[in-house]
Amino acid sequence: MTTTTSPTKNPSGNYIERTRRSTLSNALIVTRREVRDSFRDWRIVAPIIILTLVFPGLAQYLAQQFAGFLEGYGATIIGERTIPFLLMIVGFFPISISLVIALETFVGEKERRSLEPLLSTPLTNTELYIGKTLSAMIPPLIASFGGMMLYLLTALTGELAWRPQPMLLVQIILLTIVQALVMISGAVVVSSQTTSTRAANLLASFIIIPMTLIINGESVIMFIAPDATSPSGIGALWAIIVAMIVVAILLLRVGSTLFNREELLGRTIDSINLGGMFKRILKWTIAINDECSPARNPLDWYRRAIPYSLRKLKTPIALTIAVFVTAFALGFMVSQDPAWRISLPEAPSYDSVSDTFALFSQQSLQQEALGLVMWQNARVLLLTLILSIFSLGVAAFVIPPIVYAILGFLLGQLLLAGYDLSLFLAAILPHGIVEIPMIVIATAAMFRLGAIPTRPPKRMTVGQAWTMALGDTIKIALGVILPMLIVAALLEAYVTPMVIGQFMS
Amino acid sequence: MIETENLTKDFGQFRAVDNVTLKVEPGEVLAMLGPNGAGKTTTVRMMTSILAPTSGHARIAGYDILTEPEYVREHVGVLTEQHGLYERMNGLDYLDFFGEIYHLPRQIRRERATKLMTQFGLEAALKKRVGEYSKGMKQKLALVRAMIHDPRVLLLDEPTSAMDPQSAKQVRDAIIDLRKSERTFLITTHNLTEAQLLADRIAIIRHGRIIANGTLDELAQHFVEQPIMELRVNGALNGLVADLDGLVTVTKHGPNWLQYQTCDPYTVNPQVLQRCTGLGVAVVTLSPITRTLEDIYLQVVAEDEAIAQNTNGIAQ
Repeated sequence: MTTTTSPTKNPSGNYIERTRRSTLSNALIVTRREVRDSFRDWRIVAPIIILTLVFPGLAQYLAQQFAGFLEGYGATIIGERTIPFLLMIVGFFPISISLVIALETFVGEKERRSLEPLLSTPLTNTELYIGKTLSAMIPPLIASFGGMMLYLLTALTGELAWRPQPMLLVQIILLTIVQALVMISGAVVVSSQTTSTRAANLLASFIIIPMTLIINGESVIMFIAPDATSPSGIGALWAIIVAMIVVAILLLRVGSTLFNREELLGRTIDSINLGGMFKRILKWTIAINDECSPARNPLDWYRRAIPYSLRKLKTPIALTIAVFVTAFALGFMVSQDPAWRISLPEAPSYDSVSDTFALFSQQSLQQEALGLVMWQNARVLLLTLILSIFSLGVAAFVIPPIVYAILGFLLGQLLLAGYDLSLFLAAILPHGIVEIPMIVIATAAMFRLGAIPTRPPKRMTVGQAWTMALGDTIKIALGVILPMLIVAALLEAYVTPMVIGQFMS
Repeated sequence: MIETENLTKDFGQFRAVDNVTLKVEPGEVLAMLGPNGAGKTTTVRMMTSILAPTSGHARIAGYDILTEPEYVREHVGVLTEQHGLYERMNGLDYLDFFGEIYHLPRQIRRERATKLMTQFGLEAALKKRVGEYSKGMKQKLALVRAMIHDPRVLLLDEPTSAMDPQSAKQVRDAIIDLRKSERTFLITTHNLTEAQLLADRIAIIRHGRIIANGTLDELAQHFVEQPIMELRVNGALNGLVADLDGLVTVTKHGPNWLQYQTCDPYTVNPQVLQRCTGLGVAVVTLSPITRTLEDIYLQVVAEDEAIAQNTNGIAQ
């Protein structure tokens, strides 16, 4: 952190000594003011004190009663595992206030019009964003850690004499921090879309509800995890911590993109113009270039609009291929582990399998298979699309790669069992030649749509960028994915069984 | 100084500021007048590097608003339309916070805060919570905030709108005082009297365009019709109105006064006085009617409106 002094001469000839500081120290000027201001508000101070001082005692009393009650039935393990769960809850309740502070800090200032004087200062957007984010995090985290310390002290030294794995405590503390970070970074995103705290509080349910579900999941994991007493912590909790760090980083990135002077002062009303929004999406759906010129006819749309949108997917497609290849390789590697070995017949009898595949030549079965294949692929893509939008593109690289990891695993198992590689290829290639590129393009488009708020193109707001990406995605879905989906399903229902049958006979 | 060239800002399809070109020299006060929604605030926001222009460029205090936004904001003091004060802080802490943002050492920012608050008659309110301030006091505090770092350029949006006459005078005096030390001012206001009192030059903005820009005299010459003279007599006019027909155009008259328009008062006024003497009318005063900024403003806006209507008519 460097500090230098640079005198600036005023027109009057006077020198005003100015001290230049680093980004963090500038941000901390804002943080200090906001924290002091928060502590001047009894509506923030009262719950913090109550939750820090009263709730841990209450939780400890409940834990004792519960453990005592369960001991009578010999279910001591449930009582024991309630203690870390309550520790997490003791930490979570105060950090839920961070959401309120963040909404107040960002939207409240906007609503009271006190943001503009701050925006008129030399502070950069990043300094303001960091300063405000820290100010929303620090008081609740102090309360959270205070409450957890109190609870821990009583749990470790009191009647229960709890002896947890130190790594479990580290995990709970990390979870508390990342949960606070996710809520605050989410609150900034919510705040940027509203101009009143009332609207922001309503939208905040998009943060608090998923967060509560995650807490539920974490508590279940703590109860049932086979590695609950492992010295290296609970594996599933590490996965959650990593996933939440990724989401927090992405949300912080979106927040820093949205937290700019233009966006903050540009949005003045909370009205929805659905007609206008659909028009803009439609414009991008038929656009042939960056200037949003429309395609003249369906042929022109195919000839120019589709390639224009596909060109934008170059990097996402490359990333998708890399992820799929990695997933396939990982699946294959796992299959080589004896612990994951599936017992397949060592000497394959192609005749019996061949009979099964011969059944697929019946027309009714083929039609049923066509419907099933199409529905299966479509619902996976739809689910990925929805989750990708809400997870800033992360889901696009989680759900479809599972299929490739399974394929890699199956290939490994088949080879280990002595099957020929050509059987695997015969089962995959006839329809895979269309289906694999389709999945790659679809995944890349969904990833781009989800991730674009984290990095909107220059001179575009997040809203404009997202509208453009949605238009592109619809265009690719209608012009590329849907036809390929149908063709792939037709091949899988009609051709693949025939090829396998031929191969086996 | 302030220099803008074809500064334009679009919000979607709506053009809020349209090719604004201005130049304000050090020590000069420019008053920007215009109806609500004319584009004054957007122009000021672009000059503060809060909003990026859609096209055009500007240099404020020698810094480019697009490439050197932090430097622009460091050398500009802004009084925003909404004062946006932190009501739970006291006045001194509030100013201290902004002083720290501008990197002023603690002692200097405390001294400046106390000096400026005293200058504006707020010394007793330094330790008082801002929430307890009156509306006028809040406006003065916001003004002090804009001046705390001794900026070279001050952009003031309605600087005296909520103030009593005494406070407004304190603010005007402060502006006059700062102007002497070569600070550059851009004041947006609806108070035409104040603009007339303070401004070296006036810019009138409407629908985002500057439709007039110059000194009061330049604007008067350019936009207002011939000067109007008012003659007051002792007793009745005794047929003077009819007698002046052909020499001047009498626009209004009463029992003992009349007003006329002339493009050449140096030649015409002595002739008018001769005719009064001839008719035995005792002249009390003959003086020009001062054309206020209000007259000029209304005239400029009316002309622009007429041009806009004509253009629309032709387009249709």
